[in-house]
Amino acid sequence: MNMQAKPIIARRSPGPDGEKVITLAALAVGGQGGGVLTNWIVDVAEANGYNAQSTSVAGVAQRTGATIYYVEMCRDTGRQPVFALSPAVGDVDILMASELMEGGRAIMRGFVTPGRTTLIASTHRIPAVSEKIAPGDGRANGPEVIKAMDIAADHVVAFDMETVAKKAGSVISSSLLGALAGSGALPFSRESYEEVIRKSGRGVEASLRAFGEAYEIAKGNKPAPVFEEAPAKPVPVLNVPEKLKAKWATLESRLTALPLEVQEMAGLGLKKVVDYQDVDYGSEYLDKLDEIVALDKAPYEMSVSAAKYIARALCYDDILRVADIKTRASRFERVKGEVVVKDDQVLMLTEYFHPRFEEFTTTLPKGLGTWVQGKKGFEAWYTKRFDKGRRIRTDSLRGFLMLWIVSSLRPMRRKLLRHQSEMAHVAAWFATVKEVARTDPALASEILANYRLIKGYSDTHARGLSKFARVMGALDMLKGRTDAADWMRRLRTAALEDEKGKALDGALATVKSFAG
Amino acid sequence: MAERSFAKEVQKLRQGDGEVFTGEGILGITKALLENGVGYVGGYQGSPISHLMDVLADAQEILGELGVHFEASANEATATAMLAASVHYPIRGAVTYKSVVGTNVASDALSNLASGGVTGGALIIVGEDFGEGSSIMQERTYAFAMKSQVWMLDPRPNLPCITKAVGDGFELSEVSNTPVMLQVGIRSCHVHGHFTAKDNKRPSMTVSDALENPRRDLNRIVLPPATYLHEQEKLTKRLPAAQNFIVEREINERFGRKDAKVGLILQGGAYNTVIRALNRLGLADLYGDTEVDMMVLNCIYPLVDEQLMDFCEGKDAVLVIEEGHPNYIEQQIATMLYKRGKTVKLEGKGVLPMGGEYTGQVMVDSLGAFFAQYAPSMLPVAKTATNEEPVAIPDLSKTLPGRPPGFCTGCPERPIFAATKLVEEELGEHHISSDIGCHLFSIMPPFDLGATTMGYGLGPASAAAFHNENKKGRRSISFVGDGGFWHNGLTSSVGNAVFNKSDNVIVIVDNFYSSATGGQDILSSRAVNKTKQTQNSIVEACKGMGVKWVRQVDRTYDVTKMRDTLKEALTTEEEGPKVIVASSECMLNKQRRVKPEMAKAAKEGKRVVRPRFGVDEDVCTGDHACMRLSGCPSLSVKDTGDPLRDDPVAAIDQTCVGCGNCGEVADAAVLCPSFYQAEIVSNPTEGEKRRAARASKIISWLQSRRDAKRVAFA
Repeated sequence: MNMQAKPIIARRSPGPDGEKVITLAALAVGGQGGGVLTNWIVDVAEANGYNAQSTSVAGVAQRTGATIYYVEMCRDTGRQPVFALSPAVGDVDILMASELMEGGRAIMRGFVTPGRTTLIASTHRIPAVSEKIAPGDGRANGPEVIKAMDIAADHVVAFDMETVAKKAGSVISSSLLGALAGSGALPFSRESYEEVIRKSGRGVEASLRAFGEAYEIAKGNKPAPVFEEAPAKPVPVLNVPEKLKAKWATLESRLTALPLEVQEMAGLGLKKVVDYQDVDYGSEYLDKLDEIVALDKAPYEMSVSAAKYIARALCYDDILRVADIKTRASRFERVKGEVVVKDDQVLMLTEYFHPRFEEFTTTLPKGLGTWVQGKKGFEAWYTKRFDKGRRIRTDSLRGFLMLWIVSSLRPMRRKLLRHQSEMAHVAAWFATVKEVARTDPALASEILANYRLIKGYSDTHARGLSKFARVMGALDMLKGRTDAADWMRRLRTAALEDEKGKALDGALATVKSFAG
Repeated sequence: MAERSFAKEVQKLRQGDGEVFTGEGILGITKALLENGVGYVGGYQGSPISHLMDVLADAQEILGELGVHFEASANEATATAMLAASVHYPIRGAVTYKSVVGTNVASDALSNLASGGVTGGALIIVGEDFGEGSSIMQERTYAFAMKSQVWMLDPRPNLPCITKAVGDGFELSEVSNTPVMLQVGIRSCHVHGHFTAKDNKRPSMTVSDALENPRRDLNRIVLPPATYLHEQEKLTKRLPAAQNFIVEREINERFGRKDAKVGLILQGGAYNTVIRALNRLGLADLYGDTEVDMMVLNCIYPLVDEQLMDFCEGKDAVLVIEEGHPNYIEQQIATMLYKRGKTVKLEGKGVLPMGGEYTGQVMVDSLGAFFAQYAPSMLPVAKTATNEEPVAIPDLSKTLPGRPPGFCTGCPERPIFAATKLVEEELGEHHISSDIGCHLFSIMPPFDLGATTMGYGLGPASAAAFHNENKKGRRSISFVGDGGFWHNGLTSSVGNAVFNKSDNVIVIVDNFYSSATGGQDILSSRAVNKTKQTQNSIVEACKGMGVKWVRQVDRTYDVTKMRDTLKEALTTEEEGPKVIVASSECMLNKQRRVKPEMAKAAKEGKRVVRPRFGVDEDVCTGDHACMRLSGCPSLSVKDTGDPLRDDPVAAIDQTCVGCGNCGEVADAAVLCPSFYQAEIVSNPTEGEKRRAARASKIISWLQSRRDAKRVAFA
């Protein structure tokens, strides 16, 4: 906890007949329309008989970077006040942030002062590059910033203003202005804000809608909207054809036989596995799960982890799966929703593929595949002629049928070379899990969770496998230790921190130092 | 055309006597130029003065009426050389460029101009880019004023003072035959304010008149023996004339009580921050009325010795407030005081920080310390005793992600650096020298490409030392933008590489504009421009300079072609510099033109195709390899809400412009097949509708047949 450096507490002194300068700083991401918002605020102040001044920093350093706008205003008494050009620590009355982390940045820079600053912030996130490139989940901790807001600010108005604006067909500058008006931090009527928006002339109706909605929320007349960020996608539906109902029923009965804590995850896992291959694959899945449940006891944490990661292990990402997903009716509906295709419009859909020699050979039956892989000459010829990007139009019949044929190999999947190598890998991993489960269920759960490292295609997949191997390699060093599970989790988390695995090297070195 | 329209602002340039001009500082300066009978204007764009160039570029009609000639100069040296028109002829000229970096380039012409002196007023508007949000090294332009004996104004940051300084600057220049620099901070250029306008004035003599009646004067040309005459004139005639003007016209202002025991000497530009700090210390009201004796230097060079000695007379201590290092003003005042044996205590850097921006808090702390030490009685008691216990605010420094500037959505430069990254994965790392412009963003994640930047157009020049004895060994790659290329890179980078038989690779990033500074037109812009000859080919220019190996890549989004071209350049046996011209339009400017066009065409029933990219959530495995080669703002991460999955997956939001980079990168780097390109056709042709309907009928038949044979959960 860093105490704000103890500056001289210097409040601005009011003018001779009580008029005070109001200071407003706005932190935004470059390109979010911070300039439009700033000009609107100045127009509102001047329309209400206030002297107002704004400053901004335009330039290349602001392109999609963090930037700051600053406004000062004072009731017009006939004399021109001396306005400051930039915000000062501990001297900002109103702080507007057009993104959650920029609100945090304002707090860190001392522009949000307890007992003085009204903080108006949009809680939506625009992930910075550094948050997006981590192989795992590199996103910053939003709740921690929200907690800091309540401590640092005198009055907080915080909700997802981006989505409020988008739902009204406008952009965030309108909803931010509405939140400012509704917060009561400025002595101006709602109508004077709306008048300024009307005069701006572009997208006025939508802006007024967004303004009004945000105004009501900031005033407290409406609850802060909760938009669940995740499933924009339609909820999946289970479809069991007539002749498979019986087999499916037996699987479902085996589900209910499982301990209560495991049933939900196992249900999802079963559906994923059956959808991936077929009903028999489903029973294979439940057999493996039963083996783990037998070694487990309440609250069955290891079994829940098993239900999740056995499903992930069985459903490896091969060409058949990709072709199957891309030719489903539900997928076309989702794409139409995502890119907003109206009924009178036609959608042209192009898939980006780059299958290499390895994908070609692993989709051949086991014997043929291994034989062809041995033929180096053929590989060179194939790579020269066929190893290039493919653009396949799945809205056209020709393109669709190409993927259709590939995905129709699904029933033969068990005979293909890829299946053998995957099942061998799963078997080795599963044997280790069972062996460790007898003595250390917590460690076994972590080994199950290690399968999270295996993802992606071609080079990414290869890198995932190598990380998986190196993390599992530490098992012998950790076995028998009371904190084995914790260290296995730390190794996995480190592996997910950066692409090349530098953090993993460090973590492994630490483990070697005390357990090597 | 610039990144945004200035039509509204152009109309304001027509305002006349008594009308209130409302707008930004830099536009106030533009209006003041016309009010003071300027004859010609030039300059080179760069924050914070770009808007002056942009609005004049859109105001050809008004300039025509006034007989004022306006040029977008090739660079700052050209702009300053243009002021030669004021040497012999009584024509007022003005040029503008960006602080230190502009003045560096202009300094040769500045020295020659300052030596010979001018007859017509010569004003150089220098936009200072100091402190937070700046994109250049932190230096002071003040040094050039002292070196070349050029005067420098730094007015108080409000529109009335700034616009008055334009008139004062021209007169000061004419009365002392010396060019005058008008320094305006970034927050003064972009400050919204008002001033009372005056009628525009036609120049008494136009550049056409000068051409019709040429004049010359051997004494004004910088060649011995005239140069020694110039030096004497500077010391005996021009300097005194300037100092008299500053005193007579009360250019510098004095506030507060003259008999106070302590005093402040400050640059005009710092006035608002100082008054606010005094207000917070209870020593000034919000209108600036104060007891504190203040000498506000609206002209920071030359200083007037008598004026300052008079100010210091009878004082215990004086604080000099000048931002940035070194403390030129403080040093000059110290010399004056010492030579006169004065005992007043001179404070400056020490009480104030040696460098960095003098923010509100810095000013409150420093002034507080100064008064507490030298005039504690003046400080109200409430200010010294801090009764409020500061609340402990959580430390967010480890939580907040940095947010440096980066490439916009759909930027054509992103695929160039994705391709470079792929080449390095094959051929290993190379020495990469960067330049100035949007392409400099390659030095940050996710690309991390680029070791140095030595200035505008100097990317390839900064790799000149690298010569590999092993002909087959590694070569350096250097980047330069089309703006930097025409600014000086054509000779200092490409010409130099040809002449010295360099073997290195030069990539010229051609996005059709000087984009980083706001999308101004340049020689190779494809737009048709009434007053400028554009569409000059960079490839031809390079061939003209003698480059043998030149490749033109017309669609930078083709990452595979970009990668293969770069790989060929790094491995070809061909001698001499290998130049790749990578050309695609800046997406920011393209969207500004294309979006309204498409909307209009769609409304009129024409067939319009809107491209957009997307990600198949179920196919994406959440490894984010695509982001490590992109960093596009529209390519983001989101939770799937599926308990079976741990990591967020890639997702493309509605700001996507369908440039194709993410799909091309996933294809070239063989990442994953989860990207799709959707082209939404409005007003499709009848044939299209029929074909689409027939295809979807057969497809849904096939789909239902398959669903009848398997259990599906989707």
